Amino acid sequence: MAGSKTEKNNSVPEGLWKKCLKCQSPLYRPELERNMDVCPKCGYHMRIGARRRINIFLDESGHQEIGQEIEPIDRLKFKDVKKYKERLSEAQKNTGERDALIAVIGTLKSMSVIVCAFEFSFNGGSMGYAVGEKFSLAAKYALEHRKPLICFSASGGARMQEAVISLMQMAKTSAVLEKMRIAGIPYISVMTDPVYGGVSASLAMLGDLNIAEPGARAGFAGPNIIEQTVRQKLPSDFQKSEFLLEKGQIDMIIPRNELRQRIHNILSILTNTRDT
Amino acid sequence: MDLKFLPFEQPIAELESKIKELQLVGNDNELNIAEEVNKLKEKSNKLTSSIYSKLTPWQIVQVARHPHRPYASDYIKTIFSNWEEMHGDRHFGDDNAIIGGVCRLDDQPLLVIGQEKGRGVSEKVMRNFGMPKPEGYRKALRLMELAERFNLPIITLIDTPGAYPGIDSEERNISESIARNLAVMSRLKVPIICTVIGEGSSGGALGIGVGDHVNMLEYSTYTVISPEGCANILWKSSEKAEIAAEAMGVTSLGLERLNIVDETIKEPLGGAHRDMEKMCVNLKVRLVEQLIELKKISTDDLVSRRYDRLMRYGSVIN
Repeated sequence: MAGSKTEKNNSVPEGLWKKCLKCQSPLYRPELERNMDVCPKCGYHMRIGARRRINIFLDESGHQEIGQEIEPIDRLKFKDVKKYKERLSEAQKNTGERDALIAVIGTLKSMSVIVCAFEFSFNGGSMGYAVGEKFSLAAKYALEHRKPLICFSASGGARMQEAVISLMQMAKTSAVLEKMRIAGIPYISVMTDPVYGGVSASLAMLGDLNIAEPGARAGFAGPNIIEQTVRQKLPSDFQKSEFLLEKGQIDMIIPRNELRQRIHNILSILTNTRDT
Repeated sequence: MDLKFLPFEQPIAELESKIKELQLVGNDNELNIAEEVNKLKEKSNKLTSSIYSKLTPWQIVQVARHPHRPYASDYIKTIFSNWEEMHGDRHFGDDNAIIGGVCRLDDQPLLVIGQEKGRGVSEKVMRNFGMPKPEGYRKALRLMELAERFNLPIITLIDTPGAYPGIDSEERNISESIARNLAVMSRLKVPIICTVIGEGSSGGALGIGVGDHVNMLEYSTYTVISPEGCANILWKSSEKAEIAAEAMGVTSLGLERLNIVDETIKEPLGGAHRDMEKMCVNLKVRLVEQLIELKKISTDDLVSRRYDRLMRYGSVIN
């Protein structure tokens, strides 16, 4: 959505219909929303924002945010064709978020859990200081309170405008996850379209279980870079979740509408708890 | 020796070729032109130090990638003794872009892991130009865990244009291989010293780069993405690589200021490739010293110090 053109025309119910990006079927928005933004015709999983992701995953009883105060920092005074500062304030205005990760404490079918979700529309869900810091804070909370952590990733990778600081967030998030692993606290990584680069090569691939939504693409290098390097066309399913499953990189593919039930089931087995 | 002068070194190249000519003349006519040669040599040195005192980040990128720059294997040969190279990840294969083995630094037994670009066409191909695949990181992990079992400190030498962006790399999950190393290196119970000796590019560099003390050679670079890659994405043109290098602050000085790099190790005049022996001495002296310091720290403190440091990365109170 272009931030400048938000003038509303109230007479026409704006965008009541949406075309499926895959099968092109016109979809009635309320129905699409009920279906968690999965095309009822072809099953295509559309990208959804972090808040919505958390809302459809957790119980309705509400949740409490972690690290809400964390702000991105422009340590390098970075400028490409635009100042990083400007890019940040634009992204903040457009998304209403301070940076690309939301972390909350909530319940999943009454089980107390910590959930992180990437906001892809904030600078491509890229990981800089604020994302790494908030993720680590959430993981530390999970460690301290011995509660499972679930992360829904959607990211283009490390945030270039924070240069090596971004790179180091990979080490930071991986280190705190290793503490969880040793402490025996479950960490479930759910990859949603797309997950690349520094996020894939750190927190997204380190789950006790790695899960992907149908059709989600995940990998280290983007397909363009790989095509340029190997000079051959890539198969159409390359880096998609079905490919990841076949190559042994993920445990399972779970459709969006089953995530709640199945992750809850997995966690209750891992932590040996039963529904009350 | 052909020094393969870089574009910005052309004035030095001209002086050096004059010196060569004079020396040839001298040999022919038995004229005593030693004095003149010395004068020119002095001038060349002065010029070199003046040019090298104000290198731009992009020029440093060029030096870090210089074809004659010493590689991990050069340092291993010169600095360490009793070297035994170990091969393979025990699952898939042996990656020649990462070499690892046990050896001694003076009397101290240790493990060394290095990324190796290879010299000459056939070796470069064999080493995949220093771009490791998953089996490379998994070999490194296997060796680092071995080092922990035998209480051997770990020294890593970083020099890569990045992890290999190829189909096979992705099929075998290059992401996981890097991520796993980051996780495990954060808690290994032995001292780890990481040194960027050339190009430290992205996750491929960091995959052997988590440690207690991080060095950079004076004209090496450490980046989240190559300047060309960054330029391509943000400026939509790889020709802006020079500006991207500037913007990302790829050099040791900038990174020391951000507390990401602990120490810059001095290079000989004109870069490590001009005087490899001196470079090896400089590095060895620092490694010996750093190892002595790290060995004074108890294992528990060492590991918690490393963890705390990782947790501080990027914060302003760092």
